[in-house]
Amino acid sequence: MRNLIIGLSLTAVFVAAALISFLWTPFDVTKFDIPNKLQAPGGAHIFGTDQFGRDIFSMIMVGARTSIAVAVVAVGIGMALGVPLGLAAAARRNTWADELIMRGNDLVFAFPSLVIAIMMTAVFGASALNAIIAIGIFNIPVFARLTRSAALSLWQRDYVMSARVAGKGPVLISVEHILPNITNLLIVQGTIQFSLGILAEAALSYIGLGAQPPLPSWGRMLAESQTLISLAPHLALFPGFAIVLTVLGLNLAGDGLRDLLDPKLREVRT
Amino acid sequence: MLRFALLRLRSLLLALFVASLVIFAMIELVPGDPASFMLGINAREDTINALREELGLNLPVWQRYTSWVGGMLTGDFGTSYTYRTPVTEILIERLWVSLPLAIYALTLTILIAFPAGIYAASKRGSLTDLTVMGATQLGVAVPNFWFAMLAVLVFAISLRWFPSGGFPGWDAGLYPALRALTLPAIALALPQASILTRIMRSSLLDTLSEDYIRTARAKGLTRGQALRRHALRNALVPVLTIIGLQFSFLLAGAIIIENVFFLPGLGRLVFQAISQRDLIVVESVVMLLVFAVILVNFLVELTYGFVDPQLRRGR
Repeated sequence: MRNLIIGLSLTAVFVAAALISFLWTPFDVTKFDIPNKLQAPGGAHIFGTDQFGRDIFSMIMVGARTSIAVAVVAVGIGMALGVPLGLAAAARRNTWADELIMRGNDLVFAFPSLVIAIMMTAVFGASALNAIIAIGIFNIPVFARLTRSAALSLWQRDYVMSARVAGKGPVLISVEHILPNITNLLIVQGTIQFSLGILAEAALSYIGLGAQPPLPSWGRMLAESQTLISLAPHLALFPGFAIVLTVLGLNLAGDGLRDLLDPKLREVRT
Repeated sequence: MLRFALLRLRSLLLALFVASLVIFAMIELVPGDPASFMLGINAREDTINALREELGLNLPVWQRYTSWVGGMLTGDFGTSYTYRTPVTEILIERLWVSLPLAIYALTLTILIAFPAGIYAASKRGSLTDLTVMGATQLGVAVPNFWFAMLAVLVFAISLRWFPSGGFPGWDAGLYPALRALTLPAIALALPQASILTRIMRSSLLDTLSEDYIRTARAKGLTRGQALRRHALRNALVPVLTIIGLQFSFLLAGAIIIENVFFLPGLGRLVFQAISQRDLIVVESVVMLLVFAVILVNFLVELTYGFVDPQLRRGR
């Protein structure tokens, strides 16, 4: 319970920061203010300013927007495609369709995700959208596998049997009886994939293949701080803390939700 | 066992075949064609045509695919457009950095995770257990490139214990080479060690609740003795699987860390090749990495089937 509260609070802080940034930030992140460049934290700029005099605090607020948007859409892609595939594989278990879906999953898992994401963004151009697609594709097998294994055991239940006897087809059973019973599981996995998406977005933006300027992003803030790190360590500290706290918050929330929604589920996680 | 191995081998080959198709198709999808993509928009028509000729782009697609795959099977990965040297040579050179780095990082991972996981499991619910679990939560939340930046700031720039980047080569001696790889290996190992610690702990806790452990305890063994003599060996099976996966991940996942530390490994090679639009290198390195990952997974599954006869049946 404690994990859940800490996790949800941390997540809420960053979601709130992202939402508020649409209406208001302490300073304008698109305006340069060279006379006030590289100011240490404190005073009017509580997190200091960067090499162009932009307010770090405001940039972190706007950066939260990018990170959260990329991760949410990437998880959405994974769920939107992975869950139906998993349901279909379970409904048609031990047929060629099931085999095809699961082998396809194994294949996507076998690809080094970061290398492929980098290759994709290189071929199709570096942008937040391509980062979303690259991260999203690797979420599909995660949800497909989870959905299939959870759905398989549900297909053995009596209430599914009665639904079949009543004449419901596999699609209707999957949607009406299987899906509602695996929602908890999907929410928990969604939280975990969300945190992984934030890390992946940060990594891609860090090497310049994610969100492009002028869109602020935590990963790119870190990349830009690298040459100035001994001169102005605060440039590297705050975006890093933002990533760590968001990911930590989501992971704790995921753990807490799992314990809350299904106490029987194991505390194992890879 | 042989049937199991052959079945796995069949899916290994199938996976490699599909992977090569996917990678090949991705390069084919490049806007324009590979030759004009590699040379950029200001290239002259005759230069593009010359490169097109050199790459064999005038041949039909299937012929290009078979010659690419056929070349790789005989160890010929083509010639790099930017380096003007055979890709195979570059790959071997870079592998001498990436492979030791992955092994170094994996060793650190195991050295951290085994004691931490075993200790946390044996003292379940204690303050130490909570501290270890808290540390692993933090370990998976910290982006490794950020940790690497901070490590450079503290241990390379301030304390000067390690170089901040670059690689002197193995010719410079074992010590300088290992020193250059230490910070990158730590940065790579940190999140992996956190994951492995959690697996080690939960796997041990699983086996500790088995009947044979209760029997061992009933015979008069202490909890520690039962853990060492009976639980540990059985708990290792899932742990070994994860180690296998982590090794292939470390080999392919070092791409960003190699960039932070300017290490001339495979990851940095891919990254540079991408920015120089050297598609021949990109294609080959990605295929090599995918091959490594699929091969390691195959070996892990084989070992798994060897250790646990039940797995040989079914999937």
